Order: sequence, then structure tokens, then C-alpha cells
Amino acid sequence: MADNITFHFDVHGDNFSSAGEASQLVKKKLRQLGFTPDVIRRVSIAMYEGEINMVIHADGGAADVTVTDEDIIIVLADRGPGIPDVELAMQEGYSTAREHIRSLGFGAGMGLPNMKKYTDTMTIDTEIGVGTTITMTVKHKA
Amino acid sequence: MKIREIKDLLEAEVLCCEEYLDHEVYSACCSDMMSDVLAYVKDQGVLLTGLINSQVVRTASMMDMVCVVFVRGKSPGLDMIELAEDCGIVVLKTNHRAYEAAGILYCGGLTGNTCKEA
Ligand SMILES: Nc1ncnc2c1ncn2[C@@H]1O[C@H](COP(=O)(O)OP(=O)(O)OP(=O)(O)O)[C@@H](O)[C@H]1O
Ligand SMILES: [Mg+2]
Repeated sequence: MADNITFHFDVHGDNFSSAGEASQLVKKKLRQLGFTPDVIRRVSIAMYEGEINMVIHADGGAADVTVTDEDIIIVLADRGPGIPDVELAMQEGYSTAREHIRSLGFGAGMGLPNMKKYTDTMTIDTEIGVGTTITMTVKHKA
Repeated sequence: MKIREIKDLLEAEVLCCEEYLDHEVYSACCSDMMSDVLAYVKDQGVLLTGLINSQVVRTASMMDMVCVVFVRGKSPGLDMIELAEDCGIVVLKTNHRAYEAAGILYCGGLTGNTCKEA
């Protein structure tokens, strides 16, 4: 059995322009590793939505990606404000984003439902005032 | 339709990745909300937008799009063009407004492909 491959990124909260850099790099790596376009796209979109969320809602955090024999596991951890009502946050169209975020092209309340849609499992651990950790997996074995 | 035809129809300026102008594209979408592009777009290869920031290029890249068209004569920054270059995405700039640009391409045969279930 091959060793797992891991990637670690710091996601900076103060720089909207650089948001998505981690997802971009992971996409490149997965291409080099020869994953199918479908798997790469699902990982990219889910991770990118999560990365953007960390920047616009939580002032940044850390992204860790692990490639195992069966899954690609994405862990996004931040020390932001936490999510008071996860069920509500998961609803399509629910967003607390202000006008400023909307003018940047985000804040439609579609990110979390989209992350759920494109991954095989997704769990949200969140505590008010402490932070949020989102763990997603995408199976890459047919 | 080839990206080159989009350029001609929209009288657009090519800002990067000119070498891919002969790539074929089959459908397009038009939005200033990247959230919606990420959530609703299926396999449209072209994004028309009036929004200018690097997340436009990143969103297009995540969605495996091959061409971004900036409408209303808006110019993306050098950092955005470098990013697009790195992603292999053709960047076009047209003076047409979004509605007109979309209409011109639609009449030219490039549809939105919305019949396909998203
Ligand atoms: N990491 C996070 N920390 C704190 N709150 C979050 C975090 N991620 C999401 N939220 C909360 O959940 C809401 C819904 O998130 P979601 O990603 O679905 O939508 P959005 O980010 O507001 O808009 P979009 O993703 O469409 O651009 C957010 O508006 C925010 O209130
Ligand atoms: Mg979001």
C-alpha cells in the first residue's frame, strides 16, 4: 500500500485576491497524479468554496488535503466566529454576507450546499467564538 | 464555435493565451455572481462577466472553463492576466455590454446549454 500524500496550506484572511490559491495548487497536483477530470473538478469546487468561506467569513485558516488509496480528504480549519445554526447555513440561499462581499461576486448562500453536493461526505464541527472545521471526502475509486 | 469566432463576433481584444483561439467551445454562461457560476454552471466553457477580480479567473479555472470575456470594456489587472495565462484560459475584452454580448453569441449559435440538468 502506497503512503498517503498530504498537502498543507495557510489561507490568509486579509487578502481576497489570493483566496483560492490553495485550491488551484491542489487542482494542479491532482492532475499530475492522474485523477479523472470528474474527481478533480469535484475536489476543486468543494475546496474552493470552502477556502472562499474561510476568507470572507472567518479571516482565514488552514487547509489540509490528504490523498489515500480510496479518498481525497479535505480539512478546512479556521478560528473564525463559528456558525450559530449549521442547518440554516446549509440551506440554499442563506447568507450573512454583506453588500461588500456581494460586490465581489460572492454571498449567494450557495457555497455550503454546493460543497455537500460535490463531495461524498461532509461534516461541520463548529463552536461559537472558537472556529469551524469542515471535513470533506471525495472517493476516487470507481 | 471556436474561441476565435467569439473574438470576431464581439470585436474583442485578446489579452492572453492567443494560442488557444482555435479551441472549440459548445456553450457559455453570463454572470457577475461567482457563487452562481460555481453552483449552477455545468459544462459551459465560456464565462461572460462584468466583474473584475482575480476570483473570476479562479472560478473559471475550477469549472474547467477555457475562455473568460470581460464586457463593457472593463480591463482586468495584470495579476489577473498572469493568473489566466497560468491556467491556460483565453481572456477577451469587448466593449459590448453583457446583455448584448450574450445576445450576439447566442444568435451566432453558442447556446447556454440549460436544457441539460444541472
Ligand atoms: N468558515 C465559516 N465561518 C463562519 N461562518 C461561516 C463559514 N462558512 C460559512 N459560514 C456561514 O454560513 C453561511 C452560508 O455559507 P455559504 O457558503 O453557503 O454561503 P455564502 O458564503 O454566504 O455565499 P456563497 O457561498 O454563495 O458565496 C455564510 O453566509 C456564513 O454566515
Ligand atoms: Mg460561501
